[in-house]
Amino acid sequence: MSCDEKTCEFFEPGHRACGGCGPALAARLITRATGENTIIVASTGCMEVFSTPYPETAWKTPWIHSLFQNAAAVASGVEASIKRQGRDEKVVVIAGDGATFDIGILCISGAFERGHDITYICYDNEAYMNTGIQRSGATPYDASTTTSPAGKYSTGNQRPKKDLPAILAAHGSPYVATTSIATPKDLMDKVTRAINTEGPCYIQVHTPCCTGWGFDGAKTMEIGKMALDCGLWANFEMVDGEIVKSRKVKRVPVEDYLKSQKRFRHLFKPQPNEAEIAKIQAIADRNAEKYGIDIKPKK
Amino acid sequence: MLQIMEGSHAVAEAVRLCRPEVVSAYPITPQTHIVERLAEMVADGDLDGEYICVESEFSALSSCIGASAAGSRVYSATTSQGLAFMAEVVFNAAGMRQPIIMTIANRALGAPLNIWNDQQDSLFLRDSGWMQFYAEDAQEATDLHFLAYKVAERHDILLPAFVCFDGFILSHTFEPVDIPTQEEIDAYLPAFNPYQRLDAKKPMSFGMYATPDYYQEFRYEINAAMTRAKDAIRETGKEFGEMFGRDYSGLVEGYRLEDADTAIVALGSICGTIKDAIDEMRDAGEKVGLLKIRSFRPFPAEEIKEALKGVSQVAVLEKNINIGSRMLGAVGLEVKDAVYKSGIPVYSYVGGLGGRDIRKKDIKQLVDWAREGRNDCFFGLREEVL
Ligand SMILES: Cc1ncc(C[n+]2csc(CCOP(=O)(O)OP(=O)(O)O)c2C)c(N)n1
Ligand code: SF4
Repeated sequence: MSCDEKTCEFFEPGHRACGGCGPALAARLITRATGENTIIVASTGCMEVFSTPYPETAWKTPWIHSLFQNAAAVASGVEASIKRQGRDEKVVVIAGDGATFDIGILCISGAFERGHDITYICYDNEAYMNTGIQRSGATPYDASTTTSPAGKYSTGNQRPKKDLPAILAAHGSPYVATTSIATPKDLMDKVTRAINTEGPCYIQVHTPCCTGWGFDGAKTMEIGKMALDCGLWANFEMVDGEIVKSRKVKRVPVEDYLKSQKRFRHLFKPQPNEAEIAKIQAIADRNAEKYGIDIKPKK
Repeated sequence: MLQIMEGSHAVAEAVRLCRPEVVSAYPITPQTHIVERLAEMVADGDLDGEYICVESEFSALSSCIGASAAGSRVYSATTSQGLAFMAEVVFNAAGMRQPIIMTIANRALGAPLNIWNDQQDSLFLRDSGWMQFYAEDAQEATDLHFLAYKVAERHDILLPAFVCFDGFILSHTFEPVDIPTQEEIDAYLPAFNPYQRLDAKKPMSFGMYATPDYYQEFRYEINAAMTRAKDAIRETGKEFGEMFGRDYSGLVEGYRLEDADTAIVALGSICGTIKDAIDEMRDAGEKVGLLKIRSFRPFPAEEIKEALKGVSQVAVLEKNINIGSRMLGAVGLEVKDAVYKSGIPVYSYVGGLGGRDIRKKDIKQLVDWAREGRNDCFFGLREEVL
């Protein structure tokens, strides 16, 4: 199979994702960057289910799914096998945040410590969407999910997002990056860089989920952009454990981002919960400091 | 050439001769000596393959799925807690039709923690879609690996297989073993020829999800392949016999069964002790025989029915317990079903759990119990602690 790079798609339309699905968009952008000489390893979750209802498939490159938590281990085996056969395909994992942050972390840690030449891409929609919107280790502070519901005595998820990029960088990964579907060129560039870097690389893609977060599917890109603009999501790159580059923004307060989604609705009803919003603002401020995303005013 | 070898090392030699391209395993007693020896072979260049030093059994079998799907012959080994930890992947490997061979050095499952032998670990996965072969001695454990790869990789089968041998009793014991030469095994076992593989030149999706419209057909196909495997084992076992003089064409093996009134049925190493006990009983004029089951999956119901035709009662010696079932053991249940129409009584006797020794006198007792019509029970219990 060969094709013109600009027009060729390796993730085809006709799959069963919700209209405006962030992860579906990520799949399309990732596979455009990885190209035809790639083997994709998937985990159980929305993307696997919406893209491969037997006997149909949206994947035009070889693709394998085994279980929810073992994509990194399956990829280890694929890599060992093709290395042994002298083949040169790139091995790329595409897995959800639940599969990555929670249940699969043992397999990922093992694969990274062993140094397999794989690129692990987490599409981070910040909850388990496939099973009906339950919290994961990637769910942001105060988001309401079905297992971290906001209620009389709760303002939603009470734990901050696990810092997986740092954990994987600490494994000695040569290249760790975060990106967003709202910055398609950045996403594709980082994927290209990762697959061309030898060793286990990690990319975390912010993929808004209209169904799980509660917004209109026409606004996926806009929501992604708002996360970047308020600093609750930062695009950065780490090389050999050091942050070397971040996307700069002129930051806006977190309120508009929170107001745009049903998962944070409880923070504004019946009136704005100033204390909680301040805590979320503090998370954005910490991100800004840690990743250096603020545009400094010119002197 | 006959060599005196530890059972685990004989198995490692057999694996080496099968030329696995990817080995992925995690240590656990009493499987450890196999994987240590394989790691040594790779380090010394005696085994030309990739050894993935995984962080868990879960990843061991998961990586085997990946490597097998990418087109390599793969190998793993485990037991007990390791096998239980893999259970999800065990079902998945069979469902994905990857011909993975895994040695099981049979061991009890906790709690309480116990490292010694029984066969609960592999038997609890009897419905996973893996073939299950049980070895009586180190020679059989060695040979079954050649047979297992040959059957598993046939394009009309494509099922994974456990080669089970009793932990410590076989894995840590030295016995004379005839290890074939590489040329001989190359002549018997062709290079791996995957039916389909992950390949950018011919993209395919593996391990998709299936709705109620399709799922059932996958289960049907696995079962059909398992049924076909009976003939495949007979053929490859016969071929092995012609080449090496050790015939494995039977999925079961009888010992002094002709004219027996009482048959003992068992799996694995205990068959050796049973044979000795039978010889003594025969000398005393008692008509006793053994039916050894070598392949528990596929289950050879027809052979069993045929082999037990003339007996008056059957005593199944079980190193497992079917907790909460009417019949105490998993083997007895299936043997009973196999001979159901003949009306021959089948009794299931549980013993040897967690490494408890089974002696010739126990076997004689079971024969007596079967003749008395004593129903399913434990033997060798320490009454004083109950
Ligand atoms: C061992 C195991 N536990 C639970 C599940 C059920 N399950 C399937 S997908 C999923 C959540 C997936 O979440 P994520 O990885 O974030 O992907 P998403 O669905 O959000 O795309 C869960 C809990 C499973 N398949 N396997
Ligand atoms: S629930 Fe979310 S992640 Fe799943 S298909 Fe819909 S938009 Fe995509």
